[in-house]
Amino acid sequence: MAVLNSKVPEGPVHLKWSNYKENQNLVNPANKRKLDIIVVGTGLIGASAAASFAEMGFKVKAFCYQDSPRRAHSIAAQGGINAAKNYPNDGDSIYRLFYDTVKGGDYRARESNVYRLAEVSNEIIDQAVANGVPFARDYGGYLANRSFGGALVSRTFYARGQTGQQLLLGAYSGLNRQIALGNVTMYNRSEMMDLVIVDGRARGIVTRDMLTGKIESHFAHAVVLGTGGYGNVFFLSTNAMGSNGSAVWKAYKKGAFFADPAFVQIHPTCIPVHGDAQSKLTLMSESLRNDGRIWVPNKLEDAAAIREGKLKPTQIDEKDRDYYLERRYPAFGNLVPRDVASRAAKERCDAGFGVGTGQAVYLDFKASIERLGQHVIEDRYGNLFLMYEKIVDENPYKTPMMIYPAIHYTMGGTWVDYELQSTIPGLFVGGEANFSDHGANRLGASALMQGLADGYFVLPYTIQSYLADQITIARMNPADTPEFKKAEDEVNTYINKLMNVKGTESVDSLHKRLGKIMWEHVGMARNKEGLEKAITLIKELRKEFWEKVRIPGKAESLNVELEKANRVADFLELGELMARDGLLRKESCGGHFREEYQTEEGEALRRDDEFMFVGAWEYTGPDSEPILHKEELKYEAIEVKVRNYKK
Amino acid sequence: MGRFYNSSIGKKFFVSITGLFLMMFLLVHLALNSLLMFDDSGELFNHAAHWMGTNPIMKVMEPVLGLGFVLHIIYALIVQIVNWTKRPVRYAKMDQKEASTWTSRNMIYLGAFVLIFLGIHLVNFFAVVKFGTPPPITIDGVEMHDSYTLVSGLFKTCVSIDVLYVLGSIFLGLHLKHGVWSSFQSIGLSNTIWRKRLEMVGSIYAIIIAVGFSIIPLYFLIF
Amino acid sequence: MSEKSINIKVKVWRQSDAKDKGRFETYDVSNVSTGSSFLEMMDAMNEDLVNSGKEPVAFDHDCREGICGMCSMYINGRAHGPDTLIPTCQLHMRKFTDGQTITVEPWRSKGFPVIKDLIVDRTAFDKILHAGGFISINTGNAPDANAIPVNKVDSDLAMDAAACIGCGACVATCKNSSALLFVSAKVSHLALLPQGKIEAARRAKAMVAVMDDLGFGSCSNTGACEMECPKGISLSNIARLNREYLVANVVD
Repeated sequence: MAVLNSKVPEGPVHLKWSNYKENQNLVNPANKRKLDIIVVGTGLIGASAAASFAEMGFKVKAFCYQDSPRRAHSIAAQGGINAAKNYPNDGDSIYRLFYDTVKGGDYRARESNVYRLAEVSNEIIDQAVANGVPFARDYGGYLANRSFGGALVSRTFYARGQTGQQLLLGAYSGLNRQIALGNVTMYNRSEMMDLVIVDGRARGIVTRDMLTGKIESHFAHAVVLGTGGYGNVFFLSTNAMGSNGSAVWKAYKKGAFFADPAFVQIHPTCIPVHGDAQSKLTLMSESLRNDGRIWVPNKLEDAAAIREGKLKPTQIDEKDRDYYLERRYPAFGNLVPRDVASRAAKERCDAGFGVGTGQAVYLDFKASIERLGQHVIEDRYGNLFLMYEKIVDENPYKTPMMIYPAIHYTMGGTWVDYELQSTIPGLFVGGEANFSDHGANRLGASALMQGLADGYFVLPYTIQSYLADQITIARMNPADTPEFKKAEDEVNTYINKLMNVKGTESVDSLHKRLGKIMWEHVGMARNKEGLEKAITLIKELRKEFWEKVRIPGKAESLNVELEKANRVADFLELGELMARDGLLRKESCGGHFREEYQTEEGEALRRDDEFMFVGAWEYTGPDSEPILHKEELKYEAIEVKVRNYKK
Repeated sequence: MGRFYNSSIGKKFFVSITGLFLMMFLLVHLALNSLLMFDDSGELFNHAAHWMGTNPIMKVMEPVLGLGFVLHIIYALIVQIVNWTKRPVRYAKMDQKEASTWTSRNMIYLGAFVLIFLGIHLVNFFAVVKFGTPPPITIDGVEMHDSYTLVSGLFKTCVSIDVLYVLGSIFLGLHLKHGVWSSFQSIGLSNTIWRKRLEMVGSIYAIIIAVGFSIIPLYFLIF
Repeated sequence: MSEKSINIKVKVWRQSDAKDKGRFETYDVSNVSTGSSFLEMMDAMNEDLVNSGKEPVAFDHDCREGICGMCSMYINGRAHGPDTLIPTCQLHMRKFTDGQTITVEPWRSKGFPVIKDLIVDRTAFDKILHAGGFISINTGNAPDANAIPVNKVDSDLAMDAAACIGCGACVATCKNSSALLFVSAKVSHLALLPQGKIEAARRAKAMVAVMDDLGFGSCSNTGACEMECPKGISLSNIARLNREYLVANVVD
């Protein structure tokens, strides 16, 4: 279809990126100083992109809603980052990383993008080490690796259980250097309220200063969104409390197509929900599945006794345990990809074998502790074990951890072409906020890789190619530009509308209700009736929101409730699009599992004949239905197969 | 180096260096004073005191010592006065009992008490020897001050002075208990392993100083 | 894991903006599960406040899994409350008893002025890092990651120091509001690695100068920062900074 031009370069897959770079447009150094780039979000992609643009000579304005760029939620990534270094000499290669990622994504990602991701993965590790990231090392002084789900090689680099933190601090330090040099202007505690389009191109943003409530406009020759995923649409997720989909959603409403919103990753190893007051879910790194074995009792009566507190897990004999992942998937065992592990846990719990509240399974380290000694386990996962103990008040060295799947990552996002440019010229989207690299399911340790690939090594090239023909555009003063004025007025009107509902229900209460609808009908297992029901329920709830929401205080000052209301208002629209996308996709693939489409063994049934495409939605207005555009996916370098982790 | 003097780390460096110097002095002082208890005739102590008073090295060291005290006090005061301004609004509730030791938080007050004690101590002995008329004695044909009588006289007759000296020694010990390790830390000579060792050394040193200086007045009071 | 339900009173600092004098208000919070986190209790309290038409208590928080460093409360006289090796978001209500009054205050320091209620301005930390908390390398300059071997002991120590989450508990708990644990952690992290060693002297001098300018006190070596640090950052980092700083000043 002509509407979506993915601009994939010519040539065989392994030469596409080189071809692109060799033929791209460049901007001379004197002109770079005259070109401004806005970067929204300072996670791995935002921080690395902002620093890299500034190093190249562009003038950058960076924005984050937190009090410091260092707090972006990339910081919470625990397990590691993949790269095809093949340091362990176990047969890894760029092709194999590419292959695993495409396969892990259930053949719903764009082949050329994934290959490029694998190609630059090695440079990311080099860059991170040079930035001072203290990756784990062996006594010889060389880097150590561990294995992760969905792969048969050890290609994951890690810094204890805090890899995301260390990589973000590395990127943030580069950003700090450029702030000190005056090449980046940093705006903390600023929320993007709208995207400004002038003559069909993204030319800036409108922000709200979260301390003063002041609405401000910022111009740039290009805008980059690195604002993360929208998992908080479910209310309970492993995302940070402030993580939101508003930036990409505002862009969607200005014309940036939104791709595959239904592709949501449910992470299998999170600490289970404890009660109604629960505000968020805490992840226990996938890396734990390297040394932990997942099981439930194989007798219903044992499971019931455990739930009632009459039996302890340590009292269950080996023969009475069902290591269901090892049983069902002998080749990959506990290291199957996340979607597979999550569904398997749900299947066991639905069948009545769940422990804890019934919505939990065990992750047991007894065998590893016996094999390696407690100190080795402590060295590898000490901080995670401590965190578990602080939250659950049980010692995981002695008694198995309880885990359950939870919303973790959104593979869907703004549709972007090979250059990471959206359907709005001049609007680039990277990291979790775009859709491109993970298809229907993301493999562990690939999010950090993608964020830094986009920020360090892809966008600095592609944005330059775009900006090369923008050098004649002089900086605009938002105060004299009608488009900015109009956008500001719209934002002010919108905020007034929110403030003036003056209803009776808190934002959180409404958000929790949305979360329940989403989890029940657009969660781990979906079906036609449920998704249709969700669309109706969300519409009703959205109407209620605009009649009932209560925001105390003033808009012209720090107002936490207003911030939340603005985000939830967007989630109430985004949730509907997710359900719509799920309904459309009559197949099961990756994180999207339609109960109507499964094999006799209960495995996902993918339907490549009809659904091997990226579904990009175009906004048509508040009262009309969005239009679907399809980008057909072609696999030239890879044979499309049914995913099989059994052998 | 100008920045160094004015930096927070630089100022603490001087407090620590002077503190370490004063700790050396305290050891010498204690070693000398302990002679009071090993010869009831006082001859041994008077000899030592005379040697200390006349030795050219000690002549040079005396003003250096004075300077050490003055710098230690001035730098500690400057650091403290600046620190007092760093929390303009106090906490309504503060619970530091698990986080740090009482002595470490109250070095300035311990130091102030030690300073008051030092003043009295200087009036009691140093001023008498330097500016007053200490009792004379001739040993082996050499005329010298009868320091022994001066000390023993005071400690034997005045219980309140004995109590003051014991208290002074205890406060000094508490000051040193934190001061020893802290001084090494502030000049950068510590790490995880050495911290434990230095804290142990500090505790032992503090006990030696506190007990050592307390024993002397008690010795004269009791015997 | 025996969870109970408790009723508590929360005596919390309210301050409408930086200019307001501020005061304590006390709110009842009932039926709090001891399995809830402290921030979930605060959520419940705020839900009650919103439902009665009042402004909720503003507090900083984000990841709620102990790593972003945003949460910052002084609870019952202790930074991050009565538990060790955790920030506020990992504090759980099982640490409190039925009927207890819990005092909640913002971080107090000249370097961290209060913005609203429990929210303070910690941009001073960013400014210190702007002065030198980085390795001067541009994207694309890096040699192969294994080109320079790094001693595992140093690498592990660097990781220990790099674990700092920048929450400011060290400043909040220090009797002098000293930021030395924070600054020393960053200086140590970078100075211990061969990549960062090259500009270590310059870095130490620049960061200490900015730290001194921004309203933080000096270090009295009480060790309170280390005890209240959610990540257990060691005081030995401060010794290393003192050493680096001294050497940096002697050398040039």
